[in-house]
Amino acid sequence: MAPPAQSQRSPSPSQPSGKSEVSDLKLQLRQLAGSRAPGVDDSKRELFKKVISYMTIGIDVSSLFGEMVMCSATSDIVLKKMCYLYVGNYAKVNPDLALLTINFLQRDCRDEDPMIRGLALRSLCSLRVANLVEYLVGPLGSGLKDSNSYVRMVAVMGVLKLYHISASTCVDADFPSILKHLMLHDSDTQVVANCLSALQEIWSAEASTSEEASREREALISKPVIYYLLNRIKEFSEWAQCLVLELVTKYVPSDSSEIFDIMNLLEDRLQHANGAVVLATIRVFLQLTLSMTDVHQQVYERIKAPLLTLVSSGSPEQSYAVLSHLHLLVMRAPYVFSSDYKHFYCQYNEPSYVKRLKLEMLTAVANESNTYEIVTELCEYAANVDIPIARESIRAVGKIALQQYDVNAIVDRLLQFLEMEKDYVTAEALVLVKDLLRKYPQWSHDCIAVVGNISSKNVQEPKAKAALIWMLGEYSQDMQDAPYVLESLVENWDEEHSAEVRLHLLTAVMKCYFKRPPETQSALGAALAAGIADFHQDVHDRALFYYRILRYNVSVAERVVNPPKQAVSVFADTQSSEIKDRIFDEFNSLSVLYQKPSYMFTDKEHRGPLEFADELGNLSIGEAANNVVPTQMVEENDKDLLLTTSEKEETKGSRNNGSAYTVPYDGSSTSVFASQTHIESAVSNPTSAGHSPQASFAIDDLLGLGIPAAPAVPSPPQLKLNTKAALDPSTFQQKWRQLPVALSQEISVSPQGVAALTAPQVLLRHMQSHSIHCIASGGQSPNFKFFFFAQKFEESSNYLVECVINTSSAKAQVKIKADDQNTSQAFSTLFESALSKFGTS
Amino acid sequence: MISQFFVLSQRGDNIVFRDYRGEVAKGSAEIFFRKVKFWKEDGQEEAPPVFNVDGVNYFHVKVVGLLFVATTRVNVSPSLVLELLQRIARVIKDYLGVLSEDSLRKNFVLVYELLDEVIDFGYVQTTSTEVLKSYVFNEPIVVDAARLQPLGPAAIFMQGTKRMPGTAVTKSVVANEPGGRKREEIFVDIIEKISVTFSSSGYILTSEIDGTIQMKSYLSGNPEIRLALNEDLSIGRGGGTIYDYRSSSGSGAVILDDCNFHESVRLDSFDMDRTLSLVPPDGEFPVMNYRMTQEFKPPFRINCLIEEAGQLKAEVIIKVRAEFPSNITANTIAVQMPLPKYTTRASFELESEAVGQRTDFKEANKKLEWGLKKIVGGSEHTLRVKLTFSQESHANLTKEAGPVSMTFTIPMYNVSRLQVKYLQIAKKSSSYNPYRWVRYVTQANSYVARI
Repeated sequence: MAPPAQSQRSPSPSQPSGKSEVSDLKLQLRQLAGSRAPGVDDSKRELFKKVISYMTIGIDVSSLFGEMVMCSATSDIVLKKMCYLYVGNYAKVNPDLALLTINFLQRDCRDEDPMIRGLALRSLCSLRVANLVEYLVGPLGSGLKDSNSYVRMVAVMGVLKLYHISASTCVDADFPSILKHLMLHDSDTQVVANCLSALQEIWSAEASTSEEASREREALISKPVIYYLLNRIKEFSEWAQCLVLELVTKYVPSDSSEIFDIMNLLEDRLQHANGAVVLATIRVFLQLTLSMTDVHQQVYERIKAPLLTLVSSGSPEQSYAVLSHLHLLVMRAPYVFSSDYKHFYCQYNEPSYVKRLKLEMLTAVANESNTYEIVTELCEYAANVDIPIARESIRAVGKIALQQYDVNAIVDRLLQFLEMEKDYVTAEALVLVKDLLRKYPQWSHDCIAVVGNISSKNVQEPKAKAALIWMLGEYSQDMQDAPYVLESLVENWDEEHSAEVRLHLLTAVMKCYFKRPPETQSALGAALAAGIADFHQDVHDRALFYYRILRYNVSVAERVVNPPKQAVSVFADTQSSEIKDRIFDEFNSLSVLYQKPSYMFTDKEHRGPLEFADELGNLSIGEAANNVVPTQMVEENDKDLLLTTSEKEETKGSRNNGSAYTVPYDGSSTSVFASQTHIESAVSNPTSAGHSPQASFAIDDLLGLGIPAAPAVPSPPQLKLNTKAALDPSTFQQKWRQLPVALSQEISVSPQGVAALTAPQVLLRHMQSHSIHCIASGGQSPNFKFFFFAQKFEESSNYLVECVINTSSAKAQVKIKADDQNTSQAFSTLFESALSKFGTS
Repeated sequence: MISQFFVLSQRGDNIVFRDYRGEVAKGSAEIFFRKVKFWKEDGQEEAPPVFNVDGVNYFHVKVVGLLFVATTRVNVSPSLVLELLQRIARVIKDYLGVLSEDSLRKNFVLVYELLDEVIDFGYVQTTSTEVLKSYVFNEPIVVDAARLQPLGPAAIFMQGTKRMPGTAVTKSVVANEPGGRKREEIFVDIIEKISVTFSSSGYILTSEIDGTIQMKSYLSGNPEIRLALNEDLSIGRGGGTIYDYRSSSGSGAVILDDCNFHESVRLDSFDMDRTLSLVPPDGEFPVMNYRMTQEFKPPFRINCLIEEAGQLKAEVIIKVRAEFPSNITANTIAVQMPLPKYTTRASFELESEAVGQRTDFKEANKKLEWGLKKIVGGSEHTLRVKLTFSQESHANLTKEAGPVSMTFTIPMYNVSRLQVKYLQIAKKSSSYNPYRWVRYVTQANSYVARI
């Protein structure tokens, strides 16, 4: 009876092709269809099971559709369920056959047993056949009003399924508003939770086209709804609690007492055994307290213990998910966790992906008081049987050294690594010693003594070899046999496969030559000859360059190749803080595990309820309607004002001729601010003026290719903004996510401006008069937050601005992102001048 | 919100496959399996529980060798999906009694029925065995548990506890006993996993106890239950570093670092008398998880010595001493130690009176293994190994070998001294006296001695 073990995709000779079996089943089903003999249900069950098992392993049993439907006339619920499962699986590919099932499903929807009603309704909605939607509306409508909560629960999900088959049918039947009513009034919490899931999906999808839907979506995070759900949170199942908590994250409380009320209410959720509930709660806490530094700090302290408990109590998979979140928090606030470092020690049986997270955490929390112990522990891992982890442990030691804690002891450890005689340990340690010397040249004496003892023959890895060669060149004056080691390396030039190593070798030989010319001369000659003959382009070019510059002037060559160096103070971070912030905003999502913001791994439609839209969503888009309306008006007028082609060219021409002012072609448009705008916007920006044309000119000349230089008169660098710029919120969000911050600055707001900022709208109108449009705004005194955008005149190049104005300090924090980075400074100047005029004009 | 759920066997066969939203292409199971199997070319690294291939996120958990997988395109909460997968496995086990490839294959229709009620259109509806009972109608086909290898938590209690019905916990919550009437009984298991790292000189570098009080109730009529823990139990160690051993006295109060509770647990009187009250839902669930870093006496002391013994030769001596009372017996003990890479041969020498011990040298990964069926409290066992090397060792041998790691199970023993003082079942009738099983077990999680 058990389904065959092999699956369809790897058919073996013994595997039944299915064909004869299926026709056999067909015959048997037909015989049973009309039978009323006792025990017939049992035989049917056996047959149905066979059908389903074929279905599972991928054999096509769709040809049995008719027989299955005929056999489904039964009161046996187990049979019914199997039949529903079958129908649901094949209806989509056989819409004609699906019609056959409608009758009996609709009849079952009126059955007196609520279980049958629910099951039939679920199957009916799962058919996923577009031309059958008309049959769904009736049963769904009565299902939503059913006296049994199971049926209502199923009906609510049914509405969502209907929406995905035919959005218009669903909306036209007014189902969303029925769900909204149920959500706020149903006694069963699972019905409420399903309503919430369904409404979030429906309204998010509708919001892009319907004002009303986006208002409804906003209404989900309004105070009454949030409080209604929060007050009942303990009645919800643990999964529904996660849903509610996710919603609460988007809610913006009006004051701090509200924040504390919510946190006190949710405090005990941190003790929940389900990690998903705890993480959702933590996200609420973190989001709520973002602007309250002290409390935010306390939250970190508070959540430490529950997180650690989850890490150690859950399944290995769950513990990895939680650990990733802990990792994120540790990276953000290492000092909070510095006394918990022992929790981040690796256990020998942990998988590599867990160990890797822990190593990073250990590196981050290292400080004056625990460095010694952490480094001692890391050194144990260096001898680990797991070689990749051993390597990373050594790198971790190096990173800690570069963080400047107790370098003294660490250098000794690193040098011990070099003596360990394990090739990968030596290799990693060499790379580290090199980095260390770049930051702390004062250690050169100690390090060089040890490095000098390493035979270059024992170092094979390119990175390590390059590091060793770099040190030989850099410290050739202190290393007795440096010229000779380099010489032997040059002799084996042809055996060196890595271009990186050969490049380093060239440079090292040069450096050595400047310090110890007589000993190095022959090696240098050999190296340059080998380099020029090298097939690798970069190696060849570098060798040729060295050769020519040496011929020109040796002292110039020395200044170029071996100038005095400054110690590196900070090595560049791998991830921008912008991206890290983004990931933090997406706490309790996959972003944390992948260490990437969601736009990097999901397409827009699937970004889910956690998407960035929420940030804008918090700031009511409704308020921005003030400026949406004029924009639309302008667009409408635009149609009447369409320019002829010649006129357009004229405008362009005048721009290219470099005139500083362009006649606004929108002439008499409704925008009364237009003329003022262009004068204002034409502020030129001297810093970025004409840099790139000049640079390209220089290069053309250098190459001597005889190509005419770039136009001698570059177009003037002033920036003009489009008064009628239009950008829809979703594009804005997408751009905001993708673009890096071009500029970030603090701008003072005049006292008059602060006084005028009684409501955000006032500023919106003012900025609009400068062709800077608001897309979303929000906040309460003293903190107002605005998202603005502007477009370059006649180009689709956008500028996006986040502006947070604090009225008590009269300062605005401005972040600017731009499609065209080169003009962001010019735009910033414009923006600043516009903002500073606020209240004065 | 998930898109698909499926269970794959170790060989990658679909055992059950349910598509909830039709957003992910059908071939996902294959894509997933290939990715997991060939995560890194060298096969050394395990695939993480969550990964993304072409915009589809794959989540998986491993349960008894089966892969429980969910897919979605949405950026969901990973801990929610992973927890859900674990719960689905648990619900299935509650129903089938035994969770195995065989039992799943025999009961796949029942499993489909469960899956339909657990998730609707990708959204979790319920994972409570209790609630599901009223929606699910298929009867489980019970797989003979005796035939199965003792896997999972049920097996760990079986040795050394004569009165304990070993098969009870592999009983389905819905299937009727052959006799017709269900036996009224409740199991409370205190399972502690301990992690200890000893330094080369025998000091304890780190130690932690991760404990769970697990319950499985077969009581009819859902009576309320009261569980009383140690009265002197305290939670949370005030300020300072968690690893401050001096602050905790060797004897006396049990101090937990932190704990969490199942949602059915009410803590009304917990602060007063350390009593948990709950109405246990059907099926297996953790009442409470706790974590402890308070100092405790490790059940085993490990001594390891590695010395050169002439050219291309060395000797290893491993001593294991059981430091628990002699009426307690540990079982299924395994000791492992990586040897220098250039080891070619290892000859073992056990004590003369050794019974039920086996030794092995794993040539491929240069590891020695020493298995002991049982160790009685207070006893000491020694293993001597003579190693032959293929090359001269230049460096310190202790840097080339070790650490020694150990796994074991000690039934009816717990290191934390946390206890269930009593288990009270509130039911009116005086004749009602169900079986109550309170069982303790200690297991090694990461038990390592450096050399």
